[in-house]
Amino acid sequence: MAYKIKASDCTVCGACEAECPNEAISFKKGTYVIDASKCTECQGSFDAPQCAAVCPADCCVPA
Amino acid sequence: MNVISLDSILGVGELKSQPAPAASGCTTSSCGSSDGPSDMAPEVWEKVKNHPCYSEEAHHYYARMHVAVAPACNIQCNYCNRKYDCANESRPGVVSEKLTAEQAVRKVLAVAAEIPQLSVVGIAGPGDSLAAGAKQTIETFEQLSRLAPDIKLCLSTNGLALPDYVDRIKDLNIDHVTITINMVDPEVGQHIYPWIFYDHKRWTGFEASKILHERQMLGLEMLRDAGILAKINSVMIPGINDEHLMDVNREVKARGAFLHNIMPLISDAAHGTHFGLTGQRGPTAQELKALQDKCEGDMKLMRHCRQCRADAVGLLGEDRGEEFTAEKVMQMDIDIDGGGFTKRETYREHVEAERAQRHQSKAAAIAEVAHIAGEKPILIAVATKGGERINEHFGHAKEFQIYEVDSRGAKFVGHRRVDLYCEGGSGDEDGLETIIQAINDCVAVLVAKIGGCPSKSLEAAGIEPVDRFAFEYIEESALAYYAAYTERLGTGAVREKIGADAVIRQGAYTARRA
Repeated sequence: MAYKIKASDCTVCGACEAECPNEAISFKKGTYVIDASKCTECQGSFDAPQCAAVCPADCCVPA
Repeated sequence: MNVISLDSILGVGELKSQPAPAASGCTTSSCGSSDGPSDMAPEVWEKVKNHPCYSEEAHHYYARMHVAVAPACNIQCNYCNRKYDCANESRPGVVSEKLTAEQAVRKVLAVAAEIPQLSVVGIAGPGDSLAAGAKQTIETFEQLSRLAPDIKLCLSTNGLALPDYVDRIKDLNIDHVTITINMVDPEVGQHIYPWIFYDHKRWTGFEASKILHERQMLGLEMLRDAGILAKINSVMIPGINDEHLMDVNREVKARGAFLHNIMPLISDAAHGTHFGLTGQRGPTAQELKALQDKCEGDMKLMRHCRQCRADAVGLLGEDRGEEFTAEKVMQMDIDIDGGGFTKRETYREHVEAERAQRHQSKAAAIAEVAHIAGEKPILIAVATKGGERINEHFGHAKEFQIYEVDSRGAKFVGHRRVDLYCEGGSGDEDGLETIIQAINDCVAVLVAKIGGCPSKSLEAAGIEPVDRFAFEYIEESALAYYAAYTERLGTGAVREKIGADAVIRQGAYTARRA
């Protein structure tokens, strides 16, 4: 139960990092990554995973 | 003590010494140029007179820079694709490197020390300056307002998050904000915006555009109430919002926007935008001008926009960004105490003096042509590298500035990008063809110098090449040309030019310094 970021499509804009309620997203080695142990797919917080909803490149997907 | 020569400070091409002020002084009611204080409230003029993007007059003298600290965006536009970057391409949303707030502040101080014309630092993306909590934008501005307080700050936004930040913007002493508003009717908006991210949800279709519209109007009204100047950017998309932009113009004017900038859609399949891929065309030069003319009433229309990159540096129409990459800036020895402040102050004083003289000399030139009132206006193209003078060789021009001239004055109406005609000294026939297409609606082209071959081709296309005003001021020369032209029209020496249109080159190329 976690999301991941497709690095090949990521434009490194950082929109996802700002929206993640769990602070599961961070910038590492030139791209953003999701810490699977912190990701809840936003269940209990929001109707939909925030990273996927805000990503302009549609690159946040279920792992 | 170090004495700075004015020439080195000016750096805007080969300027001649000042001509003697016109003897007649202000004889017309329109004292001052059409671009000067006469058509703006004094308090507004005071705020914008040194802002190259807000004042057409200032763009001849002052430079801006964009710091690309805001890559995130909260909406998707069909004309935008932020994945693409090409060093030779100049479009909003395009940058070579994204900066942290720390890097951005360092870059501003480095540029400010080097370019005394710098008057404004803006954040224009490459995404939305207020997306992702506006964190980087606010951090950058907080530091700059402390370290270089003489430089004005401004930002661009799509408006979705704007209502949440108006108070913060006010606190930071930002007195100019640009909002991109392409519609006031969600029916139209749904063809421009596939989705927005708002209140923790992705919204699509009509609903998305409705929310965006309401937030934009609210933000604009809040700016007005806070005493912050708002300029509106609109992208003209033929068949989608072209006619509708007149409604946009009316609505934003009613909410206190003071300047409207209608820009042509940039759409090339190679840019990978939705509009580029679906073959949506941009407007022609005449379509754009016709719409701008229709919207120009009590509200000023902006005509000198270059649709800059979100990391552009320097005067409008030139880009010195490559001299100030993050890597180069890190190696520079930077005076953290607002380096170059004295140089900037000296430069501003010089410009103030020059402007006063310019307003007088323009008024005198207008008085000279008062007797031909009622004649049709003409368009002329001008080759210039700044300082409001005709000081560029035809073959070296990377763009032509277009003026509409009649007995009321010479009004700047736009610029047309062209490819270099004269590369390495020899003429290139295809290049010439594209120049003629770009200025085909003009009666004449005013240049500092021009060769025999291009002269003949221009004449064949009905565009008169004119080099007798070399290094003179643009507006005065345009008026003198107009007086002579109408006289020749009267005697039948020339024929009236009708029905020509011009092609807008895709992307606003800005010259890089050699």
